[in-house]
Amino acid sequence: MAMLSKRKPFWATMSFFALVTAMAASICLGAADISLSTVKDSLFAFNTADTNHQIIREVRIPRAIAGALIGAYLAMAGTIMQGMTRNPLGDPSIMGITSGAAFGIAIAFVWLQEATSLQLMMVSFIGAAFGASLVFGVGALSIGGLTPVKLALAGATISSLLISLSTAISIHFNVAKQIDFWFAGSVNGVQWMEVVLLLLIGGPVFILGLLISKSLTVLSLGEEVSKGLGQRTKFVKIVCVFIILVLSGISVSVAGVLAFIGLIVPHITRSLIGIDYRWLILFSGLFGAILVVLADIAARMIQPPFETPLGAITTLIGGPFFLYLARREGGKIL
Amino acid sequence: MSKLHAEQVTISYGAADIVRDLTVDIPAGKVTTIIGPNGCGKSTLLKTMARLKEAKSGAVYLNGGVIQKMATKEIAKQMAILPQTPEAPSGLTVYELISYGRFPHQSGFGTMTAHDREMIEWSMDVTSVSEFRNREVDALSGGQRQRVWIAMALAQETELILLDEPTTYLDLSHQLEVLELLQSLNREEHRTIVMVLHDLNHAARFADYIVAMRNGEIVSEGTPNAVMTKGNLREVFNIDAEIVQHPRSGKPICLTYDLVKSSQLSLAGTGY
Repeated sequence: MAMLSKRKPFWATMSFFALVTAMAASICLGAADISLSTVKDSLFAFNTADTNHQIIREVRIPRAIAGALIGAYLAMAGTIMQGMTRNPLGDPSIMGITSGAAFGIAIAFVWLQEATSLQLMMVSFIGAAFGASLVFGVGALSIGGLTPVKLALAGATISSLLISLSTAISIHFNVAKQIDFWFAGSVNGVQWMEVVLLLLIGGPVFILGLLISKSLTVLSLGEEVSKGLGQRTKFVKIVCVFIILVLSGISVSVAGVLAFIGLIVPHITRSLIGIDYRWLILFSGLFGAILVVLADIAARMIQPPFETPLGAITTLIGGPFFLYLARREGGKIL
Repeated sequence: MSKLHAEQVTISYGAADIVRDLTVDIPAGKVTTIIGPNGCGKSTLLKTMARLKEAKSGAVYLNGGVIQKMATKEIAKQMAILPQTPEAPSGLTVYELISYGRFPHQSGFGTMTAHDREMIEWSMDVTSVSEFRNREVDALSGGQRQRVWIAMALAQETELILLDEPTTYLDLSHQLEVLELLQSLNREEHRTIVMVLHDLNHAARFADYIVAMRNGEIVSEGTPNAVMTKGNLREVFNIDAEIVQHPRSGKPICLTYDLVKSSQLSLAGTGY
């Protein structure tokens, strides 16, 4: 039995406090270490002349919030994807969604110079949809059905293709530097505007995800069983795909490609709290937020004052985990 | 009494028609089994009657309504369907799985009422799975797992239960266990049961009504004694069968059989 399956509300509260603590640490730690009391002052007794106050308000706080939101969104997108496809290797970065989003952004950089954050989010969403349809399209052609590993292979191939295309575009049009930022993945330099957009667009979608979680559990029993139970499977799937694309798209548009968050977090969460998606989605969101905020602290701490790409850190954690899962569960359905 | 009726349905996969212009009336309050060779369309027919698959033309009626036009949740309150070899997600416990049988009766976020819990307990009791309610479905034996899935269908609280080869992959005693359970549900709870079976003797023994199909059409339907004849079995399965009567129940038993030889000289076919 899963460890935290009893007393879930208690553990949810604990996780929330852990997240707040991690975010506080993220605000204090960095190129300049800042004490908690200064943080408090910057919030309640803001002094425009104080550089630390400026740093906290304009750099650290938006960065911590964006990290938490993006972590939550990616983890939730991965959870929904795994539940919907019954594929243990489901993850926006494996299924071509994040590279599709980054591809969209590469194109936007060349043909939509000076794009606003909102425009980038939309382009990213369209790119995500494009990447996903390519992967599932290729996967659907496979002889003998779509096993998790085959889908992951199709995803890896399409992802490489899209990344190569993006790189080619970026070199040809001389925007390689900006594009590189998206492939490295980072929440460094996040603007308040982006945080607000993340909240305004992602928030309602996150809630939609929680609302559909019960149906998602039923869907995870398999197509025929869930139809037999009176589930409108097509409708639920469309809503799920929409949620996945929006959450991944807006995350990529702000932080670039953060691989494997949507893969690792749902698995860890499932082993801790069981497979009821009503709780799984909520906990995945919390754990994903904590993971990205911590990884972002590491990104700043590994070689100060330089930033290690956040995407490199998540890949470092996620890569081996992916291989482990592919070996153990690649042939199985969830 | 629940009434299920298919009217002139044609069902196809891609361009090929699997079932052609078929009409069947499922007798209410009885156990009906559908038999036929592989690929004859029996599972397809069952799925269509359970609205898991759409018919190309024709209609399926459930208690007077056309299922294609009914809300799927409404159907789920009147009819349960257990597909062939369903797979539970790993980590799901027996109790959790069975509780999803209550899904059609719940609204919104799905908090369980006292009646929901009562139905789950009852389903676990009848199928004797209460003792492993907290075990993971994955960890159970094939027979136990099938009983758990049947319990889920029972928790759905429907008069009509459809099952697609409920005994596949089970050993002899587990097959009997499942079939006897279904029979007692029919006799004691008056549920209407429709199932696809491969084993002719099981079909004859447990069914009140048999529908025999070949090439997407019904060859014969009626009581076991009316359907399980040498002539029908030759036509449906291309076998030469030796049929005897069970000494106590009077139901037909297929004693032995051979493939029909082109020369018509097989051993079992001598009396034909």
